[in-house]
Amino acid sequence: MTESEDRADALFHALADRTRRDILRRVLAGEHSVSALAEKYEMSFAAVQKHVAVLEKAGLITKRRNGREQLASGDVEAVRSVRSMLTELEQIWRGRITRIDALIASDFDQED
Amino acid sequence: MPVTDVQPDIDNLTLTIIADFAAPVERIWQVYADPRQLEKVWGPPTYPATVVEHDLTPGGRVTYVMTGPEGDKHAGYWLVTAVDEPTGFAFDDGFADEDFKPLSDLPVSRNTYRFDAHDGGTRATYVSTYETAEGLQQVLDMGVVEGATLSINQIDSLVA
Repeated sequence: MTESEDRADALFHALADRTRRDILRRVLAGEHSVSALAEKYEMSFAAVQKHVAVLEKAGLITKRRNGREQLASGDVEAVRSVRSMLTELEQIWRGRITRIDALIASDFDQED
Repeated sequence: MPVTDVQPDIDNLTLTIIADFAAPVERIWQVYADPRQLEKVWGPPTYPATVVEHDLTPGGRVTYVMTGPEGDKHAGYWLVTAVDEPTGFAFDDGFADEDFKPLSDLPVSRNTYRFDAHDGGTRATYVSTYETAEGLQQVLDMGVVEGATLSINQIDSLVA
């Protein structure tokens, strides 16, 4: 129980930062070198490296070395991330369909 | 609830949404055929759409701008690839610059919309396909998102 609570704390802490969420989104879509990630943000390489370390500690990403490069990838199965992306897309669709429904319903209001 | 089925196809990066509407096929077609109605349903409430060009014929273009809460503008276009009035149409949906020139380095989704008579109303089948997971992610990162965020979804799947 305590162990899973600790895990939840680490996860929420790691995800409570927008740069870390953005890094996570990128590395879930595919492996990125830490230096390539660092180019995306207006902060130092060391700062990005620290964010990566927090995500790694929370178990959200894994790192491997390839020569002088550090490569980071999302640790949640790629399939899960794609499923989440499709779920997110589904929210857009649900919104549109709800609005079509409202539009159709307003036809009947006008007839009354 | 009008959405009756959702089928994510993870291998093909396709999302199929099936919705039942309490209106005839011609009425649902009209939502897409009339730019003033289309803009009421296309953008999320916080990103209302303005349809600029509207030519719903094969080879025709529909262009739109969504305006965000900060006044930020997001332009997009449809390139209509097939039309079968009133039962459906197909188009490629992409991002554009402020002059509606397609931004070729951004992902394009392929879409097929079908409307069939069903139980006195209309069954709509919406199929949306992305080329790559990165492309899909990029689209979601570009402010088209409403509702749930990816990180929250990830927590759900992590703690499940």
